[in-house]
Formats: sequence, structure tokens, C-alpha cells
Amino acid sequence: MKLLPITLIAIGAAALPGWAFAATDGDPQKGKEAAVVCVACHQADGTGKNNPNGESWPQLAGLDAAYLAKQLSDYKSGQRENATMKPFANMLSEQQVADVAAYYSQLTPSQGQGGENADEATLARGEMLAQRGDWADYIVSCKSCHGPGNQGAGEAFPGIAGQHAGYIEAQLKAWQAGTRKNDPQDLMGTIARRMSDEDIRAVAAWLSTQPPQSN
Amino acid sequence: MKPTFAITALAGSLLLAGGVAANERTEDYLNTLTELGYPAPKENQLVHIPPTMQDLEASDMHPELKRVIRRGYDLFTDTQQLRGENVFNNMNCSSCHLGEGRMPFSAPVWPAAVTLPNFRGKNGHVNNLEERIAGCFTYSMNGKPPEYGSDNMLALAAYHQWLAKGVEMYPEKPIYGRGFPAPERPEELSYANGEKLYQEQCAVCHSENGEGLQVDGKTVFPAPWGDGSNNWGAGIVRVFTAAGFIKNNMPLGQPLSLSDQEAWDIAYYISNQERPQDPRYTGDVKETLEKYGPTFHKHSLYGQASEATGETLGDHDNTGEKDFLKPDTVRPRTFE
Repeated sequence: MKLLPITLIAIGAAALPGWAFAATDGDPQKGKEAAVVCVACHQADGTGKNNPNGESWPQLAGLDAAYLAKQLSDYKSGQRENATMKPFANMLSEQQVADVAAYYSQLTPSQGQGGENADEATLARGEMLAQRGDWADYIVSCKSCHGPGNQGAGEAFPGIAGQHAGYIEAQLKAWQAGTRKNDPQDLMGTIARRMSDEDIRAVAAWLSTQPPQSN
Repeated sequence: MKPTFAITALAGSLLLAGGVAANERTEDYLNTLTELGYPAPKENQLVHIPPTMQDLEASDMHPELKRVIRRGYDLFTDTQQLRGENVFNNMNCSSCHLGEGRMPFSAPVWPAAVTLPNFRGKNGHVNNLEERIAGCFTYSMNGKPPEYGSDNMLALAAYHQWLAKGVEMYPEKPIYGRGFPAPERPEELSYANGEKLYQEQCAVCHSENGEGLQVDGKTVFPAPWGDGSNNWGAGIVRVFTAAGFIKNNMPLGQPLSLSDQEAWDIAYYISNQERPQDPRYTGDVKETLEKYGPTFHKHSLYGQASEATGETLGDHDNTGEKDFLKPDTVRPRTFE
């Protein structure tokens, strides 16, 4: 009985439809070579960098490979718009997208930056939004989709615990403004539009202080 | 940019509860809900928005009571900690009762604390709050309730009662946002359309095959059918209850975004799938249907041919993950 889940995973993996594998069928070794164009911003270890006064570079280490591959594909197709990323994504072939995604998914994430100086009240508000939500404004909690510990759930909901605060803040604002809309069914956009600037700052700060974990 | 909701005829919960004044809280929620498209309360309705966990911490209740209510909250939102003991599927209480059991139109749980003990048609006798909670464990969690009077049962009951803070017992007014109000049933229900909509709108979270998603053994997205889901005796197997849940609560964060027809079609699609046996099963699906049809299964598809497989729904001995059919708390009471 205890062995059943493992058996199911094995059978499930073998029976997955082709499209589900397409994104994860990357070679991490080849990905490492292709990722030479990424390291200037995302760093050799994939930890990225929080830039308080400019564009923060997200931590990629440990993120789900299929999620990463989708983001790169979306930059290429224009479904996700970012002036910095577009030229770099365009340098990658479809295979290289899968390889780079596989490479970063295997790296060990480090602690995010940007929440260190947040005051207690801000962190408490951030924790509430992330863990319980604020139903007075119909803001559902982050963890209800991003999973236990906000460490990611499947390929559609990336880990956000331990991500840099500057990046989380910028993304939530992009969803609010409608400049990012490559989420399934506008699930993230709907919630982001209900959040105040203070909410966004608070949740970004708190999440950045939480332990990241590869998924 | 919220319009201010005129808060005139709200009775029952205008008391100060901890840190936040209950009437301010009520006004905030009603503004949000009406903006989302939920109906405003009618003049004669009892409106109650329960206190939050922050209000609990800010209150001057006995520290031991706070601890027990916190325990109840923790069990309610992470019922999976009782997996294998009381819970034998992937559900948490909060999987269906959104917003920690506090939200109108998401079967808020506090009404149970002020309307029970009362006669319950489902089991034909007078139930108190503990027996009502036991029903959820028996059917929705496909499990075995914590013992009456046990620490866990008491903590869960305490959480329910504290959520009802300030509401009179046995209120005479109808309760605003109680249950999962079902949209009007359309003339025809379409399995094919329900399947299409499910795959487009629900599968990203609940998966194409209805198994939902667990991460590290914790439920992120509950299973709408199959062994990880509620059994055939749970309230939500009634198609109107499922339609009401979906219409008012799904997709998460986007309530009331589906049309009435869409909500019913998705409910109908899900209702055509298999799940663990009704604990009241007599050993024969037809006999069970005859016995519980009039009070319950006339609203479900139990005992009917599945549009998915053609086989009779519920015609099996599968009890899911548990190795028993019926917990011994499912028994008649005569009070004699």
C-alpha cells in the first residue's frame, strides 16, 4: 500500500502525453553551455540578483523546468514581453530553451534578497497575504496555488519562496498593469489587480525571506 | 475606487470583535462581494462576517481558549494532518469552505453553530454541532470522525462557535450567503460541454483526470472525483450543490465568472465520474438508492448510468483509501 504512490508516479510518467515532455526533455549539460549568455544577470549559480534601484534579475535555480521553458518560449513569441530578455531568448533554439530550463531547474537555490530591511508590520502583512490571503478584498493566499511553503506546484505555478523581492514586486505590478499576461486563465492577474502597492511590497518582502526549495 | 455599501439593515454582528469593529469588517466584505457580482443582502437577512485570526489574537479571551480555537483553525485548514486516522482522501475542510470557512456563498460554517441542535433530514434525527462535523468526516473526507468530546473534535467545534461570535442562537432571519446557493437549473445539461469546459477552465489545477494536485503529501488542489475525492454520500455529489459551489467559487479568485449553464455543465460532468462508495451502502446500489433516494440521491447521479462509461455509478465495493465502509458514528438516534 505504501509503495503505491511510487508505482503510480512511474506509470504516470511513462504514460504522459508527448507535449508534457516536450518542455522538460532538455539536457542540463548542454543547457549549461547554452546558458553562458544568461550568467551576466542570472549569475553562474542561477541565483540572479535583487537590484533595489533597477530591474531585478530573478533567481532561476530550482524552478520547475517546464515553467522555465514556457517563460523562455513566451519571450520568443512575445506572449511575455520584456525588453531585456527578448534578445537573449531569441538567441536560443527550441532545443536550447529546453536544455537551459533543465539546467537551471537542477541548481540549488539560495536565499532571496530585498526583504531584509522590511519592518515587522510589513512582514506580518506579507505573511498573511501569502499564507491566508485577505478575503475582505477577495485576495486568495499565494500558497493556495503556489503550494505548501510557496515552493511551487506543478509546471503552471512556480516556486516564489526565496525569490528576490524586487522581481516579485515588478511582476505583480506588471500583471496589474496588464503588461504581463502569460499566466493560465488570468489567475494571477485577477489577484494582482486587487492588491494595493503596500500589499505588493509586503508580500514580495516576506516571500523573499522564506526558504527556497527546488521543485 | 470602491463604492460604499449602505450598511443600514445589518443585524446580529455589529459588535466589537477583537481588533476590528465587526460593522467595519462587514462593510468591507459586502463592498467587495457586491462589486464581484454577489447579491447585496436583502432587508430581512441576517448578515454576519466572522472575526479573523488577527481578531482572535487581539481579543482578551482566555489564552487557553485562544490556543484551542487556533488548533481548530489549524485542523480546518490543514485537515490532512489527520490523514490515515480520520481523513482518507485529499480534502481539507477549507477545500470547499473557502476563506477558512468564513466566506458567504462558500458554505460558511458558523451557521451550524447557531442553528444546531436541529433535526436533519439526511439522517432523520436531531444532530448537534459535533455530529454535523462528524458527517463531514464520514462523507466529504471519506473518513472516520474524531471521537465525540475528543480534543480535536472540541477544537473544531470551538472554531465554528467562535466564528459565530455575536450571532443569536436559533436566528429567525434567513442567513445571507448560506450554503452554496445554486444558480437556476438550465433546461438541458450537457456532458460534452461540461467536459470541454472542465478541460479548459479547471484542469490546469485539478488535472485532466480529476486527481487534483498534491505537493510533498499536502493538498494544493483537491480531487473533484476518484479515490482522492469525497465519497458518494457527501453533499456535493448533489449536482445542484456542485453547481452552486462552482458558480460562486471557481475558478479560484474568479467567482461568478462562469454562466449558470457552464457551472451546471461542469458540475454534471464531474457528477458523472466515479468516487468511493456511499458509507450507507447496503451492499446493493439499487437498494441503497431506494433507501436514500428520497432524502438525498434524487439530486445525485448515484445509481444511474454514467455518461462517461455507461456503467452504473456507485455500483462497486471501492471504499477508496480506507479499509472500512461505515464509521460507527453513522447510526440512528431515537432519544428514547
